[in-house]
Amino acid sequence: MEYKDYYKIMGVARDATEAQIKQAYRKLARKYHPDVSKEKDAEARFKEVGEAYEVLKSPDKRAAYDQLGQGHPGQDFRPPPDWGSGFEFSGAGTSDPAYSDFFESLFGAQGRAGAGNRRGAFHPGRGEDHHAKVLLDLDATLRGGARQLTLRMPEIDADGRLVSKERVLNVQVPKGILPGQHIRLAGQGARPPGEGAPGDLFIEVDFQPHPLYKIEGRDLYLELPVAPWEAALGASMKTPTPTGTVDLKIPAGSHAGSKLRLKGRGIPASPPGDFYVVLQIALPPATDAEAKGAYAAFAAAMPFNPRASLGV
Amino acid sequence: MSSPKDQTLSGAIFEESAVLTVKDLSRMCAVDERHIVEFVEEGVLEVVETAPEWHFTGAALRRTRLALRLERDLELNLAGVALALELIEELQHLRRQLQARP
Repeated sequence: MEYKDYYKIMGVARDATEAQIKQAYRKLARKYHPDVSKEKDAEARFKEVGEAYEVLKSPDKRAAYDQLGQGHPGQDFRPPPDWGSGFEFSGAGTSDPAYSDFFESLFGAQGRAGAGNRRGAFHPGRGEDHHAKVLLDLDATLRGGARQLTLRMPEIDADGRLVSKERVLNVQVPKGILPGQHIRLAGQGARPPGEGAPGDLFIEVDFQPHPLYKIEGRDLYLELPVAPWEAALGASMKTPTPTGTVDLKIPAGSHAGSKLRLKGRGIPASPPGDFYVVLQIALPPATDAEAKGAYAAFAAAMPFNPRASLGV
Repeated sequence: MSSPKDQTLSGAIFEESAVLTVKDLSRMCAVDERHIVEFVEEGVLEVVETAPEWHFTGAALRRTRLALRLERDLELNLAGVALALELIEELQHLRRQLQARP
């Protein structure tokens, strides 16, 4: 098991005051909170910081942790055999209880913030609802269909330790589901202790980036490159859409950024989203003499100052 | 809790049909009913129907869970949660727009 240097994780000195630790936590929590942060490893960092804070904010746990002495991160670690005697841990809940093995071996079930305990009390007799989040391919909502989802679920094992268990489910994705919406699977949540109905499983859906389409709520956007003459003169061209290739007519006098709307061809929710084609002007390269000549003729035929609006 | 791998589970889109009461939200988010009421009073949650009892749209589930996470993890008070939620939503909207723009 890996030794964790909680002081280093929090970026505080080993003799930091409680106020300094709290301040450091708040700063890091804001930086790495998965709902706010755009750092890539935000979730992992946030958990690490939460765990470090859980230990350092409590005088008991901090004293016990300090007693271990200074290990080195990455070093193999076993708690001393008599470790933990004389300390009593009580935790008043902070974060999601996905603590490291290191934490669990030191503080075990009592040390953990009581997430499981505070629940269930609200509606006795019924199992807790579970929540999960998945990233689906856009096709799942465009066409609907079964997808195999791997969910990580916190569970209390036989020894009362909190473990993260993998659960694989085949789920029929409802056609037209939008990012941020939930699939509700009745009875797939936790079973209550004793008799009673199990809770539900709520799966929040988001989508992986699609190579062609950008997703904005229920609408889809496609950037469509067109030649300058197609934009200027109007043209009809083959265009991919989620429901297959269509012939798209672009009007004469179109310009870069012109948006064409294909009503109802976005995500098939109710009401369905729209499909937007955003034009991009692609310039043919002037590599040979003929192409250069064409550009020159172009310039001669059309007195045009693209920077007129800049006053130059 | 465990279900066979080969069985395909079907579920509905929760937000489309759901009409939630304070009690529903309290159960789904494992939080006291009074706390839901506080969220409404602070403008974190919006009630869409008041009689015979308070009703919320299905979207309130996501909002409540987000509000609870912010409150717990960042140690924010209610006013802080309300402000953070508004800013997060604006940020998400802007990021999506940025993504949807050429």
